[in-house]
Amino acid sequence: MPANAFNGYTEYGIGIGLRVPHYRHILAKKPVVDWFEIISENFMVDGGRPLEVLDTILEQYRVVQHGVAIYFGSADKFDREHLKRLKRLVKYTKTPWLSDHLCWGSVDGRYTHDLLPMPYTFSVARHTAKKIKEASDFLEVPICVENVSSYAEYHASEMTEWEFLSEVVEQADCGILLDVNNIYVSSQNHSFNPYDYLNHIPHHRVGQIHIAGHSKFEKYILDTHDHPVLDPVWKMYAHAIKQVGNTATLLEWDDRIPSFDEVHNEALKANKFRDQQLVAAAR
Amino acid sequence: MQRVMAGALFRPLTPQWGMQKRWTDGSLMKSVASEFIKPNDRLTSFERLEIYNRQYWFRVLDCLYDDYPGLRTIVGERKFMKLARAYLTRYQSDSYTLRDLGNRLEQFLREEPDWSAPREDLALDMARFEWAQVVAFDGPSKPPVTQDDILDTPPSKLKLGLQPYLSLLELDFAVDDFLIAVKKRESDVLRGEASNAKDAAPKTRGRHKRVRFPKREKVYLAVHRHDNVLYYKRLEEEEYAILKLLDRGVAVDDACIEAVTASSRATVDWPAQIKQWFESWSTLGWFCHRS
Repeated sequence: MPANAFNGYTEYGIGIGLRVPHYRHILAKKPVVDWFEIISENFMVDGGRPLEVLDTILEQYRVVQHGVAIYFGSADKFDREHLKRLKRLVKYTKTPWLSDHLCWGSVDGRYTHDLLPMPYTFSVARHTAKKIKEASDFLEVPICVENVSSYAEYHASEMTEWEFLSEVVEQADCGILLDVNNIYVSSQNHSFNPYDYLNHIPHHRVGQIHIAGHSKFEKYILDTHDHPVLDPVWKMYAHAIKQVGNTATLLEWDDRIPSFDEVHNEALKANKFRDQQLVAAAR
Repeated sequence: MQRVMAGALFRPLTPQWGMQKRWTDGSLMKSVASEFIKPNDRLTSFERLEIYNRQYWFRVLDCLYDDYPGLRTIVGERKFMKLARAYLTRYQSDSYTLRDLGNRLEQFLREEPDWSAPREDLALDMARFEWAQVVAFDGPSKPPVTQDDILDTPPSKLKLGLQPYLSLLELDFAVDDFLIAVKKRESDVLRGEASNAKDAAPKTRGRHKRVRFPKREKVYLAVHRHDNVLYYKRLEEEEYAILKLLDRGVAVDDACIEAVTASSRATVDWPAQIKQWFESWSTLGWFCHRS
């Protein structure tokens, strides 16, 4: 199950996000890391230091692209220039799969730079799936869509978030980037059982998993990516791994970023759960 | 629905960093929010939408705050936030990348000079300079022209392009020196704060030594990169003039003659000086073929 059509039939292990504060350490020390996830938009530039760093990373590491601005759920048509630049980068990095979020974020050519939740309706699912297929055909790479964390729900919704995710990925015939932390955050904000979510998605479509830390406020939880992974999320990760197998996993740490070693060690904790899964599978 | 929600997000926050209580038509925002957002047992529809409204503004203001330390110092921290809010209210992001967020800031400062009063001209110079650094950091480059490429073309017919990442600025203030001083002060402040971990009280800006504003003086500047490192290079007036003329498509001979003719400096060995400039520009890789 881990290697599937949605992650280009790869068997990647534990990766971390490539972030600017770690550049110097990575380039100088060349630490052993199974793979790096890059934010596509940070490297969809025409020249300069970002591409120089990327070249060096590509010489030594496996890289997977993760985007934040395709906005499959926006009512707008795709920004063709954006897709063209993305395709150039896909060819350049040879990413085995590409991920972005199941969300919207732009309207009439204006960008919110946020990952906004969608109304969970059948017509929105159809529209979104169509755009994912269009992007996948154009980019010529498997696409995994990531569930976002959310703080609002719409009256218009006709189904649960996991039903919506399933509907979209089945219609688009694409993969899932299962963000376990996002499920936890949304479950607390919207009072649902996160294990219902994990149990009711098409497991064979999960191409990658995200884990991350979050911040608790009095009345809601924010997906801040500025902490180690919390226990409830590790428990959910263990459950997810049982269901989907040892899938490529990435720790996101995007704010108040500690040293490279601290981030990497936090990510490698995932190995414990993967090993448990291997033992269980061998029995 | 997306237009309404985006419209709500793009609306500026109140001075208390909350969502505005009234919608554009004067109706209550809580009614507008409740039309499409569900409340839950802890938050009203208004409060749930407000989370996104705040996130939007925190994100874009943070981005401008980081990208424009010089402009921020010139207008002052508090006024900068007001300026940024006014700018982003008029010009919402039109790009998928936050890198482009300041792409119309110069235009905005020209249209609305009151936001940077009483230092309008200095602020404008700084905004241009700071945007030029964004361009120089990751702007496109073209293969540089080599000597072999131009060997057979006489200077009277030779037209050269300039690298797209290179910005040539005619300024009324030495904003390069000023920005270096600002960045040094900010890094000193950061070091001080990092070493004072037990002090949780908010820092007061007044305790830190202010950077003296530059006096009015003509400065010609090239903002560029070399080996992917960002540089600012001061130019002579004639040097700047030649480069601008080349950029406009004027042939090398004509550009040099026009720049030297307009010069007020009489004692310069122009052939030697121009030769040295061209050697320097070539070494820096500034020339490319014209598209």
